[in-house]
Amino acid sequence: MNSIIVTAGARILVALLLVFSVFMLLRGHNLPGGGFIGGLLGATAFIVYAIACGTAEARKALRVSPEGLAMVGLGVALVAGLISALTGDPFFTGQWYWVGGDSYETAAFSINSVLVFDVGVYMVVFGGILSLILMLEEEL
Amino acid sequence: MGEYGAKDARWISMAGMTPVILTGALFVYFCGMVPTIASGGIIRHSIPWIPSLDIALSFYIDGLSLMFSLLITGIGALVMLYSARYLAGHPQFARFALYLFSFMLSMLGLVLADNVLALFVFWELTTFTSYLLIGFSHADPKSRRNALQALLLTAAGGLALLAGFILLGFATGTYELSEINAAGSLASNPLYGPILVLVLLGAFTKSAQVPFHFWLPNAMAAPTPVSAYLHSATMVKGGIYLLARMHPSLSGTDAWIWTLTIFGGVTAVFASLMALRQTDLKQTLAYTTLMALGTLTMFLAGSSGYAITGAMAFLFVHSLYKAALFLSVGIIDHATGTREAGVLGGLAGAMPVTAAAAGLAALSMAGIPPFLGFIAKEVAYSGAVGASLWGFVVLAALAANALMFAVAGIVAFKPFFGPQGKLPHAPHEGPWPMLAGPVILGVLGLAFGILHGLAASWVIEPATNAVLGFTDSGGRVKLWAGFNLALGLSVVTFILGAILYLRHQALRDRLAAIEARGPDFDAGWDRLMAWLVVVAEWQTRLIQTGVLRQYLFATFAVTAVALALPLFWLGALQLDLAMPSVTLREGVVAALIIAGALLAATTGSRITGIAALGVVGIGVALIFIIYGAPDVAITQLLVEMLIVVLIAIAALRMPYLDPTDKGPAFRPRDAALGGVLGVLVALVMLMVTAGPIDRRLTDFFEAASWTEAFGRNIVNVILVDFRTLDTFGEIAVVIVAALGAFALLRSARRDKGEERE
Repeated sequence: MNSIIVTAGARILVALLLVFSVFMLLRGHNLPGGGFIGGLLGATAFIVYAIACGTAEARKALRVSPEGLAMVGLGVALVAGLISALTGDPFFTGQWYWVGGDSYETAAFSINSVLVFDVGVYMVVFGGILSLILMLEEEL
Repeated sequence: MGEYGAKDARWISMAGMTPVILTGALFVYFCGMVPTIASGGIIRHSIPWIPSLDIALSFYIDGLSLMFSLLITGIGALVMLYSARYLAGHPQFARFALYLFSFMLSMLGLVLADNVLALFVFWELTTFTSYLLIGFSHADPKSRRNALQALLLTAAGGLALLAGFILLGFATGTYELSEINAAGSLASNPLYGPILVLVLLGAFTKSAQVPFHFWLPNAMAAPTPVSAYLHSATMVKGGIYLLARMHPSLSGTDAWIWTLTIFGGVTAVFASLMALRQTDLKQTLAYTTLMALGTLTMFLAGSSGYAITGAMAFLFVHSLYKAALFLSVGIIDHATGTREAGVLGGLAGAMPVTAAAAGLAALSMAGIPPFLGFIAKEVAYSGAVGASLWGFVVLAALAANALMFAVAGIVAFKPFFGPQGKLPHAPHEGPWPMLAGPVILGVLGLAFGILHGLAASWVIEPATNAVLGFTDSGGRVKLWAGFNLALGLSVVTFILGAILYLRHQALRDRLAAIEARGPDFDAGWDRLMAWLVVVAEWQTRLIQTGVLRQYLFATFAVTAVALALPLFWLGALQLDLAMPSVTLREGVVAALIIAGALLAATTGSRITGIAALGVVGIGVALIFIIYGAPDVAITQLLVEMLIVVLIAIAALRMPYLDPTDKGPAFRPRDAALGGVLGVLVALVMLMVTAGPIDRRLTDFFEAASWTEAFGRNIVNVILVDFRTLDTFGEIAVVIVAALGAFALLRSARRDKGEERE
């Protein structure tokens, strides 16, 4: 599709969608969102880009292969589960570290394994869905 | 195989020697158990394996399993040494050594297992490893076919055996053989009949009883050491082992006695005649093995001390001499390049050691005193005279033994002392690693004959006691038992055997003529296989039409039946038709969904159809939002979008469609199925809402989400904290699906690329 309007519009839309997808990922623990929804939104962003500018352009913009991204994501999720081994808790027990306080109420923010896991989910869904659709676009 | 194992080939290698040393060490280990077992002891060792199913990896060593273990490891070590030299320089020797060693371990597991299910696993492992060994020369299509034949036939028997074992477990309440046998005869159990039939099917296919015999001679496609090992001492005796092992619980009934006597007797006589008819020495030996298996089955029919002692003595001595003879034939083949009985002769000068070893083994096989073979035959005759069907058993044993005498002459006298024909190359003596086996086994046949007291008290009598299930009086294994009927039968055997040997050329021609007219089991097998393929093709054409619409129809039809059956047939249908008041908002969304569905079902245009389905999806997302599930709603919306993108991609690449051809406007079959399925799902939904909703899980997550996982979005907290492992599994599935599609599409690209080139 060689429409300048679509191409120009897509660039803005893609940027917004990507930011929105990360926003959805981060707020997921307390408000609607999360890794799965974020990943789907992120994949949608690149699909829009691929429709507007072609799959080759989309792959170039992504820089890494979507399959590789998905696989790394699975690894990240696994690492999130293994963190609990350091404290002797069962596999995948959520680990929370409070910064600037000692509980949720007093701390400024937290570093936790649950978010790491959600990032893994995000990468898997993002990479997996994108890989599927890009391949279909190219092969069919 | 002649091209391998040349005179100067390097034969000492890691792959060749490790199995020999390990197997030899096992042999020594089992030898250490002889005093314990000979004095009536039993060794038992158990490791829990699948505790929830009460399956333990338990091992049980009594006289019977110890005799088998000694034969398996002792002959195994000699055969492995032999094959290291026989196949020296073969590019796949390491693979061969691995197969052979795995087979040895499986066989050992089979005879030591106490749990019947563990025994079954080892049984199938021997089937599988022997498949690899028979098909070792895999470049040869005949070899592959014969390996597959052996696999299918023995594995089919194995499945019957598994069913028999499970019934046995139901009937006795235990899967431990020692406990089953200790409980005594099962003859009065209502399951006795099916158990007997299934166990016998397994044993008869494994031990190649007529009419399942044809795979054994075909299995000679394997290299000679394999034939020596699998078809003398071990694999084919697996069935005999099973019959002996189950003897205390299954024997004694008319069904047992008649079946085993008749199948064993027919196999023995048929096989000895066929042995005489063969011209290839290896085939001759294969049929004598069949004869031995028949004889053993026949004697296991009885329950008298003589019959069982005879069977155990014969089993022991047969393993010794048959392995020795097979290995000798391998040496002859190796040295001269042929195994044809008509050509071979006068080799004694060039191959004195082989001649001596084969001669010793053959004398034992012919049953000449003072060899152990003679004693085994005497005891067996005494058992035959006392058997329930004594007339048949004595005649069958007499015929088989006389023919055996003649065959012993053909395989071990004629090639060495008879007239020599034209040999492919000049004979030379075999190297020592190949001679070690035949010499040791041949000498043992003589040594145990003279020192028969040792053979009896160490091996034969403990085994007999294990089969009988009680301690036999013993003392039956004697070189000189006085002038009795058995001795008379032996003399008759010698005279008959000598006549048969002298006239065997003429007999062979006669037998060949008869064989040509008889039923050809092998061709029958091929017809059966061809028929199986035809049926498979027919049902594939029937089910796998390749038309997507038919697959979908079948899927939904099955779903409809699966829903309808419990609802109406089992009477699960309970409805609460009290309608709650519907708000305007809900009504509008419902109308939107219904309109979308109707449009999708009635439109003739593909694009309209896709859009209408999208309306349905968005309507569902709206319902999720109304009832407070924004996460699900967002996901639903995004998935709807992606589906539209996917369908659009596919639609753009669809093959050319005639825009005027919209297909039939109304498909009554599809409409009916769609309507029925819709009504059924609606009924199920109404039933679900009719019952009270269990709120325990909801309450727990509402309470714990914040206090334990520090999150207010319950859906997400469940996904990433409470049920993380499930989510992990799901994202792994996403990756697997993506990779599957990746591989599929890539291969499609490659195919397209090839077409273009």
